[in-house]
Amino acid sequence: MSRFEYAPAPESRAIVDIKSSYGLFVNGAFVEATDGKPFKTVSPASEEVLAEVSEAGPADVDKAVRAARRAYEKVWGPMAGRDRAKYLFRIARLIQERSRELAVLESLDNGKPIRESRDVDLPLVAAHFFYYAGWADKLEYAGAGPDPRPLGVAAQVIPWNFPLMMLAWKIAPALAAGNTVVLKPAETTPLTALAFAEICQQADLPPGVVNIITGAGRTGQALVEHEGVDKVAFTGSTAVGRSIARSVAGTDKKVTLELGGKAANIVFEDAPIDQTVEGIVNGIFFNQGHVCCAGSRLLVQESVYDEVLARLKRRMSTLRVGDPLDKNTDIGAINSAEQLARIRELSQVGEDEGAERWSPECELPAQGFWFPPTVFTGVSQAHRIAREEIFGPVLSVLTFRTPAEAVEKANNTPFGLSAGVWTDKGSRILWMANQLRAGVVWANTFNRFDPSSPFGGYKESGYGREGGRHGLEAYLAH
Amino acid sequence: MDSLADVTSSEDRLRRFLLGLPGVDQVGAEARAATLSTRSIKTTAKAYALDLAIQMIDLTTLEGQDTPGKVRALCAKARRPDPADPTAPQVAAVCVYPDLVATAKYELRGSGINVASVATAFPSGRSSLAIKVQDTKDAVAAGADEVDMVIDRGAFLSGRYGLVFDEIAAIRDAAGDAHLKVILETGELVTYDNVRRASWLAMLAGADFIKTSTGKVSPAATLPVTLVMLEAVRDYHEATGLHIGVKSAGGIRTAKDAIKYLVTVNETAGPDWLDPELFRFGASSLLNDLLMQRTKLATGHYPGPDYFTLD
Repeated sequence: MSRFEYAPAPESRAIVDIKSSYGLFVNGAFVEATDGKPFKTVSPASEEVLAEVSEAGPADVDKAVRAARRAYEKVWGPMAGRDRAKYLFRIARLIQERSRELAVLESLDNGKPIRESRDVDLPLVAAHFFYYAGWADKLEYAGAGPDPRPLGVAAQVIPWNFPLMMLAWKIAPALAAGNTVVLKPAETTPLTALAFAEICQQADLPPGVVNIITGAGRTGQALVEHEGVDKVAFTGSTAVGRSIARSVAGTDKKVTLELGGKAANIVFEDAPIDQTVEGIVNGIFFNQGHVCCAGSRLLVQESVYDEVLARLKRRMSTLRVGDPLDKNTDIGAINSAEQLARIRELSQVGEDEGAERWSPECELPAQGFWFPPTVFTGVSQAHRIAREEIFGPVLSVLTFRTPAEAVEKANNTPFGLSAGVWTDKGSRILWMANQLRAGVVWANTFNRFDPSSPFGGYKESGYGREGGRHGLEAYLAH
Repeated sequence: MDSLADVTSSEDRLRRFLLGLPGVDQVGAEARAATLSTRSIKTTAKAYALDLAIQMIDLTTLEGQDTPGKVRALCAKARRPDPADPTAPQVAAVCVYPDLVATAKYELRGSGINVASVATAFPSGRSSLAIKVQDTKDAVAAGADEVDMVIDRGAFLSGRYGLVFDEIAAIRDAAGDAHLKVILETGELVTYDNVRRASWLAMLAGADFIKTSTGKVSPAATLPVTLVMLEAVRDYHEATGLHIGVKSAGGIRTAKDAIKYLVTVNETAGPDWLDPELFRFGASSLLNDLLMQRTKLATGHYPGPDYFTLD
């Protein structure tokens, strides 16, 4: 062998035990769905059917909400904060103990590389439960008044890009604040949420505090529109977010929405160039670009454009696309055929509108849903690929001349979830952070998360904050 | 970058060039190194990496208590690292102080293994240029194929880049045909910005290799420092077409660590650098761990440490 070819290093699947079919997790037990047809969840890397999952119909949703209401009124609501904390700490520890299993399951069902589910998703999931467990008996210090009360039953609908992490972002603060939940995972990635249901059983969580119902959009709609729900929390597309906002308008349900984004990642000429290239790669190719806060619009100062592009392309050539369970994979599979079609469509639009498309040479597996890491140059503000969320490994590159122009272009979007600034100049970072209308502004880094740090959007990227003390407020009445 | 020749034309231009290099973000560089460390190198890839790492070793003894006897023993080890397994490759070089070069040269005759000698008032470099030049000439006269010099860190840290440049250039001349490795002593330069500047300074002044450390200062080689140096040789190659080598010395003791370095070489400077001509480990105890892992891979079990020779 003349070259250093990394041999396959697959993480073993033996650690996960996937059942052939799953019911709904309602009132502490797995039950058959009373209406609705079962559906299949596949591994996007191979299209292999992993399991059959029940679709919850209106009657099932009703049962789950009632169970949550009972648990809220009889057990969880009245329970002392320190006792709720015990359960949350127990859940956090169980997640840590089972983290390898959950990481493999997440990669199987979602298609993300095991390196990310193991090193990013799972540590953050556990950290989120630990963090909010700590808050459960300190709510009066959360800044929500001297005697904050829970809202009641929370209906939570989460996306497929970070199935377990989004579950943690939703369930941990809700439970810490004394609410009970009915959560619906995305239809393409229900398995880790169902594994989480088992963890709730393992932790002896009182029945009804957490209910997990599976299904597609209709199930989600029935859930958020249910009369017994006091709070709706949704993460997903702006279109669905809009319809949720419409459906809860006129009710007294509280709502938080975490929606799409088209983040600007802004590179100044004095940026630390090698780390900037890493940050660009991490910003758009992390999790196959299935990240609402992905740095999908790269704004480069014209004076360093050539150099940044040359280095970016060289770096992209070393990205390893393939089997999500291989420990050396950098980019896994696109989550679904539907999403792949959308990425293909928008990429075609990019070409048709005159942008130049480039991907490194890479062999894609024949089975499954795959898209190579792609960069579009010669993109302008008027192009659709600079305006619409692609939600895939596709980067649009634009240029700017002055900081003011960078701000103008960065803010010229209906979204406002995140932004990145790359410069060695501290004062410019602070100035930019003040100008950018985005919920998160990263300086010389990208896609960094921490449970203590709030996260959320401006404009059409949604409202409300998740994470930190602010995330708690979304589940408290004051 | 056709102006590279110009930047060394005056101290002022050199300073402006070095200070104009893009900065290194510490958090980002360390995060990148940590990510590269998670590569999982198994089976055939591991076998390749272990053998390559052995061939990249500068087997080193740099102690006050070194004797011809010790050097002879080290040379025997260099020729045949694993007496039980003749398929184990030889190391790249044996690295000693100048007064022991002749001994090493004699012991290694006909083996193809180079003799490397530290010089220039190693490890502190605190002496006059005349003495450093003479030190280098002595080593080369005794037969050293490679010279590992140290830079004047005091001059570098006080911004006298011209002085450092001139010294390297003088040693370059004194070393003649010998390969010149320039030790930056990154543990004393401390910041990654300094490491990048010193790397460029050494390459501009005529280094064949840039080397992390003497092994006498802690921290010695680290993965992020090596990453920054690999970026420098990669960029220098882009600008000039020349291949400059990198040597990580000190503190690399396990095969697992060595493989992390090779992954970093592979994914930073590129596969061209996966060659003993362009990447070296300055090490002594690393060799036995590589041999042990090699045997484990071939036979499926670990032999005890007593199955491997001390030196």
